[in-house]
Amino acid sequence: MTGQIEVVFAGFGGQGVMTAGQLLAYTAMDEGKQVAWIPSYGPEMRGGTANCTVVVSEHRIGSPIINNPGAACVFNRPSLDKFGELIRPGGLLLINSSLIDVKSGRDDVTELLVPVNDIAIRAGNPKAANMVMLAAFVAMTDIVSFDALEKMFREKLGSKKKELLEVNLKAFAEGRMLAEKEKAGGKA
Amino acid sequence: MAKKLMKGNEAIGEAAICAGALNYFAYPITPQSEVAEYLCWRLPEVGGTFVQAESEVAVGNMLFGAAASGKRVFTTSSSPGISLMQEAISYIAGAQLPVVFVNIMRGGPGLGGILPAQSDYFQAVKAGGHGDYHLIVLAPSSVQEAVDLMILAFDLADKYRNPVMLIGDGMIGQMMEAVEFPEEHRKPNDPTGSDWALTGAKNRKARITKSLFLDPVMLEENSFLLAEKYKTIKKNEIRFEKYKVTDKNRILIMAYGTMARICQTAIDELEQEGISVGLFRPVSLYPFPEQDIFTESTRKNIEKVLVVEMSVGQMIEDIERCLKGQREIDFYGRTGGIVPTPNEVKDKVRQMLGIKK
Amino acid sequence: MAYQANTVFTRPASLSETITHYCPGCTHGIIHRLVAESLDELGLRERAVGVAPVGCSVLIYNYFNCDFLEAPHGRAPALATGFKRIRPDMIVFTYQGDGDLASIGMGEIVHAANRGEKFTTIFVNNAIYGMTGGQMAPTTMPGQRTTTSPAGRDVDLAGYPIRMAELLSTLRTPAYVARTSVHTPMHAVQAKQAIKKAFRLQKENRCFSLVEVLSTCPTNWGIAPSDATRWLAENMLPYYPLGVFKDPEREEATS
Ligand SMILES: Cc1ncc(C[n+]2csc(CCOP(=O)(O)OP(=O)(O)O)c2C)c(N)n1
Ligand code: SF4
Repeated sequence: MTGQIEVVFAGFGGQGVMTAGQLLAYTAMDEGKQVAWIPSYGPEMRGGTANCTVVVSEHRIGSPIINNPGAACVFNRPSLDKFGELIRPGGLLLINSSLIDVKSGRDDVTELLVPVNDIAIRAGNPKAANMVMLAAFVAMTDIVSFDALEKMFREKLGSKKKELLEVNLKAFAEGRMLAEKEKAGGKA
Repeated sequence: MAKKLMKGNEAIGEAAICAGALNYFAYPITPQSEVAEYLCWRLPEVGGTFVQAESEVAVGNMLFGAAASGKRVFTTSSSPGISLMQEAISYIAGAQLPVVFVNIMRGGPGLGGILPAQSDYFQAVKAGGHGDYHLIVLAPSSVQEAVDLMILAFDLADKYRNPVMLIGDGMIGQMMEAVEFPEEHRKPNDPTGSDWALTGAKNRKARITKSLFLDPVMLEENSFLLAEKYKTIKKNEIRFEKYKVTDKNRILIMAYGTMARICQTAIDELEQEGISVGLFRPVSLYPFPEQDIFTESTRKNIEKVLVVEMSVGQMIEDIERCLKGQREIDFYGRTGGIVPTPNEVKDKVRQMLGIKK
Repeated sequence: MAYQANTVFTRPASLSETITHYCPGCTHGIIHRLVAESLDELGLRERAVGVAPVGCSVLIYNYFNCDFLEAPHGRAPALATGFKRIRPDMIVFTYQGDGDLASIGMGEIVHAANRGEKFTTIFVNNAIYGMTGGQMAPTTMPGQRTTTSPAGRDVDLAGYPIRMAELLSTLRTPAYVARTSVHTPMHAVQAKQAIKKAFRLQKENRCFSLVEVLSTCPTNWGIAPSDATRWLAENMLPYYPLGVFKDPEREEATS
């Protein structure tokens, strides 16, 4: 990566968007990059939507308030409506097609549909949807290396049940594969 | 030491432990309850004291009592809670005790909101309670700086026997950034040899920690003594940072805390458009960098000064005082939890210079 | 045969049509309804002034259809005192959580009760700070885990939960003080009787009245709503006995 990337993870509370953002931030920090993780906090949390912004940069990070992020991973429709239009031209938009049946309608951003819930269920843990999304995002951007991400993943989430870790890693691998196929140009 | 990714609120708690401050009193309030939620298990690990008080009124006075022991003590709160501590802060300043207060500011007045704001500037720098006193006020703009200033705050509080307040907006508390803590933790200070702490009148005259002076001559004397102290503080403890300040700048922006970082991004982007703007960021809000602000703002190339705050305009009154009418001062502020974005700052600068986008 | 449609259940006139922000399974909403029904039945809505606390129920004024004041955290009884003294003809009530009333506002409630201020307090005890994210309250049960007592409330450091109804009933000044609960429909009916009586006594200009209501906070207790009512019954009821602790009508009968 070069320069600075900002990515928003947004969805319902409980979809793991905050955790996905934190994992990315931890990994980028371990790779020696400057990072900031900025949560949405406030009354809207009660309403059930949550989002966080992760800024990863090679330089000192200025504003933690991002007008127009370079990327967004949206887990539900309200998040698509809110962040879809904010992404910078040339940016990247990952849409959870398990729950969202529309696209952003923009032709100046790269769009990738990832059925993260379906993939997570297939892998054996419905709660791993956020990991599928994160894997797909990292595969699309190379923002951090997969080895580092997987290491962080084992470190932060692996302390629990071992079977669960395997299942989560499977979900993770599927997210990555889907994105890499897309990147290579071939639709699965 | 390896870098850690931490929320500002937790990092502030850990920084206090690094500074050997193991005595914390608090009452929950958003957006800084994470400090108490962190310290309630972390302090016992290092042999410290954690008390959840029944109110911020009690917190202020628990600190008053605790500080008299000569140990390092502190609290964290947010705007309405800090208001309730003002009585104790006045007494603590009058009795010359070292206490560190952290205010993770939210929007006011009244119950206001819980999102970031900088609208407690007056309360912090102009002495929010009654009487002739001042706090030393420090304003970090990143989680790392919050850690560094927190440690410094304890040193300054001890050095001057004066309350110190760290003020950050809700963003500083909620944001996670990479932080590094000093390798070695300071040992909690030993008040045994102290010439003011209450340690028991063994082999010495009894000591009284107080702020009552019924004799006006003595009260005046105490106030003059405090005033002398503030003069020394002004001489020694001014801190600020300049960003892209050059003799090409047409505008100099004044901002502190998170707001300053937002302005940095605006300045970087304006630079790409060929508009040269510099930033002056006061780090110590009291003592205020008066002389440096005057010098930097009145350089020949500076056409105008822009003050940007997350308030309807508080620090601007101090900037006006510093500039003595030598430069035109403009203001941009948002409040109530709405934070000015880099784009808004850029628009304001262009408008000041009469440049169309 | 013609059917006659009878309305058997409606929204009390004292409640507005706004959907509340309370979490699923939270009993704040039930308690709102009991207060509203009491105001309706006693014909008090048009001269009622509520004082909102700071806590999850800070937005109570959005859900009621009567005048309201918003107090600083814990100070509702002082605001109520001020207002009621100036307008003794109006019906004044505070609605307060346990952090609001039993922690930061302990001074205000004790002195208002002791002066015998003729307003009504509805005291919602859910054993936790709801709004700020589940910190320990003065009413938190021994051993109960909260975000500021992650290993459970340690009574050696935090003392035992405060029983507000008992504490206030030690005051000499006449008052009506009761503790109720809303974890079953039967308990809700009983709570309603106590709340209505509290308002009636105010209407008759008799005395200060306070009804403590045991309530659930599934969100910050970290359990499902159905488990929350069971948790209340198993853990709170034995420590917080229900009943009337002080009653001016009973005092008259026995003196
Ligand atoms: C002076 C002051 N201190 C702290 C707060 C933060 N605060 C808001 S609500 C609350 C406690 C709420 O708990 P409770 O009264 O038990 O009501 P619940 O939310 O559980 O219904 C606190 C501490 C505040 N608003 N003002
Ligand atoms: S946090 Fe607790 S008290 Fe507040 S609305 Fe939710 S369940 Fe009710």
